[in-house]
Amino acid sequence: MAEQFEPRIIAFVCNWCTYTAADNAGVSRMEQPPNVDIIRVMCSGRIEPAFILKAFALGADGVIVSGCHPPGDCHYSNGNFKTFRRMPLVERLLAQFGIEKERFHWGWISGAEAVKWAQLTHEFTERIRALGPLNWSRQLESKEE
Amino acid sequence: MAHNGKLKLGLYWAASCGGCEIAVVELREKILLLDEAAEILFWPVAMDFKVKDVEAMPDGHIDVCLFNGAIRTSENEDMAHLLRRKSKVLVAFGSCAYEGCIPGLANFFEKSSILRRVYLEVPTVENPEGIIPQPVTPVPEGEIEIPRFYNTVKTLDQVTEVDYFVPGCPPQPHQIWAVIEAILSGKLPPKGSVVGANEKTVCDECKRIREEKRIQKFYRYHEIIPDPERCLLEQGIICAGVATRGGCGALCPTVNQPCRGCYGPPPNVTDQGAALLSAVASVVDADTEEEAARIVGEILDPAGTFYRFSLPASTLHRARVE
Repeated sequence: MAEQFEPRIIAFVCNWCTYTAADNAGVSRMEQPPNVDIIRVMCSGRIEPAFILKAFALGADGVIVSGCHPPGDCHYSNGNFKTFRRMPLVERLLAQFGIEKERFHWGWISGAEAVKWAQLTHEFTERIRALGPLNWSRQLESKEE
Repeated sequence: MAHNGKLKLGLYWAASCGGCEIAVVELREKILLLDEAAEILFWPVAMDFKVKDVEAMPDGHIDVCLFNGAIRTSENEDMAHLLRRKSKVLVAFGSCAYEGCIPGLANFFEKSSILRRVYLEVPTVENPEGIIPQPVTPVPEGEIEIPRFYNTVKTLDQVTEVDYFVPGCPPQPHQIWAVIEAILSGKLPPKGSVVGANEKTVCDECKRIREEKRIQKFYRYHEIIPDPERCLLEQGIICAGVATRGGCGALCPTVNQPCRGCYGPPPNVTDQGAALLSAVASVVDADTEEEAARIVGEILDPAGTFYRFSLPASTLHRARVE
């Protein structure tokens, strides 16, 4: 039997909302796929588009960006505004590079939404599994002639 | 140094437009000083040298080689390796050699679609037999070989070791002269440095009045006559100054044109396009997701705009290969 493809997923989450949700999901013993590696940053407004590109370049098959619900949940009052101004452009940029939009998810999960976090990790992992590996570094080696 | 005490200089162009060569000539009367100080051993665009002249030199014979142009074909790469071997100091001169520049935008496409477009589809091309250049073509006399066209445009340091980088499309003459003076005086910074540029962004050199940046609408250059005094980005024109290394003296904003980003990323930034996207999008005047999506949706070609000069050197290097 062929081995099942296990996607590598990087999730950039803010300290105050989505990380709390992920933490709560863990404490509440909700099952989560081991494919999602969390990188905690202080605010989703800190997540530079360069981080997302670097994750893909270094081998991520999918990337999640998640922060506090706008308009009012942000710990820094409007850091998440920067997120929703940037991410639609990142989406289009990735498409121009040939990275399917399904490989990139951005949105909001509050500290109280542990169930939503657990669901997202399941759904996103299965979505990426269906898409298959991205293999960005191998992309560059092929057809070099 | 040559026996007459002159610096032995080589200049070469790979995949480039020739603008870097013009920039050297734009030293104007200083070119005479250059001639006094340096002996030019190789400069195909201006003087009669052949590749076999370079091949005949002992290794490390050339003191400094200014190499402009990106690596587009196997010939470009062969010359990069040859000149690396023959030169003590190899300089990636200009945006193409440094970061890929305009030729590097071809990395959004593939070799097959580029050749199809150029040789078959362009309206001004008449090619009824559908001839596309082949690396080897048999003719009655034997075989004709031409350089192979790569699928991906590369920067000089992606194919060989580079000592210094001079940014700019093209590098500004006063900066070229500063680099030549540094070479002549032997006062060169550590290997791998960007030379002939500044440590801050173009905004730092720009004299325009800056207030608060709140962009409600993006304009393309032909859609607006900008206020000559005010920051262009504040007027909704995508000016790359915020994410571009200074050194040109804010040449474009001074003449009411937005910076396009030719001096590459500022220090400590590797991905100029991502930095520019981040800066431009974060000052969009939108307090709801829908409004933000609508305003940034007006940017016609985000990848082409943000990576105009730096695609091959960027994090992702090129669009995905099918």
